[in-house]
Amino acid sequence: MLFADPLFDLPSWIDAIARVIIIVLAMTVVVIYLTYGERKVVARFQQRLGPTETGPAGLIQGIADAVKLVGKEDIRPNNADRWVFELAPYATFIPVLMVLMVLPFAEDWGVRDLRLGLFFVFAILGLNIVGIMMAGLGSGNKYALLGGVRAAAQMISYEIPLIISLLCVVMITGADMGGGAGTLNLNTIAALQEDRPYIVLQPLAFLIFFTAMLSELHRAPFDIPVAESEIVGGYFVEYSGIRWSMFQLTEYASMWAFSVFGAVVFLGGWAWPFGADAHWSIQLGSTMVKSIGFILMIFWVRTTVPRLRIDQLMSFCWKVLLPMSLVQMLMNGVILVYDWPQELLALTSALGAGALVYIIIRRAIRRPSTDLVGTYKTLGAPAQ
Amino acid sequence: MTVWPEERTATIDAFNTVDMTINVGPQHPATHGVFRMVLTVDGEVVVDCEPYIGYLHRGLEKLTENHDYRQSMGWWDRTDYLAGMCCEQAYCMAVEKLGNIEVPERAEYIRVMMSELSRILSHFMFLGAFGADVGSFGTSFVYAWRERERIYDFFEEVSGDRMFPTYLRPGGVQMDLPEGYDARVRGLLGQLEQGLEDFDGLLVGNEIFVERCRNLSPVSKEDAINWGLSGPMIRATGLAHDIRRAEPYSIYPQLKFNIPVGRNGDVFDRFMVRMAEAYQSIKIVEQCLDLMPKTGLVLNPDLPKTLRIDEGECYVRTEGTKGEYGVYALAKGGNKPYRMKLRSPSFCNLSALKQMVVGHYVADAIIILGSLDIVLGEVDK
Repeated sequence: MLFADPLFDLPSWIDAIARVIIIVLAMTVVVIYLTYGERKVVARFQQRLGPTETGPAGLIQGIADAVKLVGKEDIRPNNADRWVFELAPYATFIPVLMVLMVLPFAEDWGVRDLRLGLFFVFAILGLNIVGIMMAGLGSGNKYALLGGVRAAAQMISYEIPLIISLLCVVMITGADMGGGAGTLNLNTIAALQEDRPYIVLQPLAFLIFFTAMLSELHRAPFDIPVAESEIVGGYFVEYSGIRWSMFQLTEYASMWAFSVFGAVVFLGGWAWPFGADAHWSIQLGSTMVKSIGFILMIFWVRTTVPRLRIDQLMSFCWKVLLPMSLVQMLMNGVILVYDWPQELLALTSALGAGALVYIIIRRAIRRPSTDLVGTYKTLGAPAQ
Repeated sequence: MTVWPEERTATIDAFNTVDMTINVGPQHPATHGVFRMVLTVDGEVVVDCEPYIGYLHRGLEKLTENHDYRQSMGWWDRTDYLAGMCCEQAYCMAVEKLGNIEVPERAEYIRVMMSELSRILSHFMFLGAFGADVGSFGTSFVYAWRERERIYDFFEEVSGDRMFPTYLRPGGVQMDLPEGYDARVRGLLGQLEQGLEDFDGLLVGNEIFVERCRNLSPVSKEDAINWGLSGPMIRATGLAHDIRRAEPYSIYPQLKFNIPVGRNGDVFDRFMVRMAEAYQSIKIVEQCLDLMPKTGLVLNPDLPKTLRIDEGECYVRTEGTKGEYGVYALAKGGNKPYRMKLRSPSFCNLSALKQMVVGHYVADAIIILGSLDIVLGEVDK
């Protein structure tokens, strides 16, 4: 519907502006309720209630927060690099907005139906780092500098397994379309999953994607660039008011964008399980429910696990995720070239996923925690 | 070939990066109060650490010298403000030793029970705050907060105040326990044990947590002794040094409990020792409830309205929650002590910070500082 060209029979430039406005408004509402949702969900994880006072069940808390943030003073430190500092929030925000332009929320619902949609997404998301580095360097603050440098190192590293895990899916789309190189069009990728989502065929790629996504989003356990207890917020430590809220907006908008993206690529987007012929509202609902599931997973992980150290983060990326994603791609290639059945894809990938999960929790399962307290012997004065 | 000094420096400078100093604190979420340290970092690695203290200095010792023996009680609560009862016990023991004051047996049991509850509370706060240091987004902190509020409810019931109960008195405790108190304490102990198990699942069973803390900044036994560490810090290295056993006081000789020790003194061992200690404290409180005389005085009735102590000098060691909590007291007549000195365990443990932190990552420096479990009220007095 939104892909229809042109929309509302308007001149193309008005048409483009109208689409951007629609997506920005939708995004703002989603972000406001994501912050509210996060506060509620995290509160329940932590045995609290979360916002209750503003509106029924605290429903307008997000709006109240937004109004408060806009009303706050916009402070620029004396030794900040003025233009770099002031433009950094926009430089981080614009790539996320551009990613939202190509996501298909339902069949033919989106702003632009790009043939290279998937390529566009990770090409544009790479630009995010520029804004974060600008904030880190321009703030004139050492915490911000550390945060910016950490963010750059982390995001560049994790982009590689992220892209390879997506390429694994793209390879299969080739087979689904009857040979050829496959497609990068997100709308087509969703439509190809009418019968089964790609998570069934590629659980390992999905796990790698999810892990790398957490890292790209600076979410726990990879929230090293914004580590609250170490560098007090990292690259946006010096921001306040509207510019700070731009960073928050970016954070939640990119979380949403990534979730929709992941839902389209791995969970069948709008096509699965109701089929490509379902009513648009069902398609839209199915995409949104899947993306909310993604987001709840992110919240769950965030409230549960502590933070990794920067070197552990790097070694996890280069020594675990990258080799595993390469092996996955190689296996896919072999299976697809010889035209072996797709069950083999699912089997090999599931084995890989099991191996990855084992690597992640190997020490925690080997040492039952109840034994740990018991192993501490009493020395010295005897217990009487 | 002769290399001129200027040229040499220029060559070296071209390959070297400049160290950066980062100021951590006094307003920083990881410093647990108003502690400040200036880290010199080479990239992410700490090469130097300079701690600054004194932001919470309230002149505790001087204040005590200028107040009546009983008036000073409230100041001593505020040293280790997470375990007020332990500090009160140490102070009261010092005054009692100076003035040869007898304490009724029931009062001794109540005191030990209260200070062990304080110890559980303080260790819970450590577990929670340490989880937050490692980056567990407040979940562990809120879990700790729940148990802390439960224990504070019991303090409030006996004394009217939560954090600073001022419940103990030289010669006993302020007033007897309310009716049905011991049965409710037994119920509380079950909840506390459940709370500890929650932590066990949340943090100790977590791969990332174990990975972050294991073999981080191990301290040898010799170093621990040389640096004057005490409490869980020294027990984590494998030395079972606990004042409650090494130089027993109050009714501790009659109680059965173990001293948990670690293996190699790393951050993980410090965490586990505190956790195991909380289990032991639960056992101690249970025994206190069992062995406590059901009736009897709780405050020495022979004491005058104004406590006057002629001459004397003493040093009292107790096992505070952070380590050896020692009080040196000197009386020269009158209703005030001539000199009071606090040997605060946090301060002594903190003095080894630089040796532990240098060579680690910034993120680890924060964890190591957290594992010292300092309370700034005690460090700055």
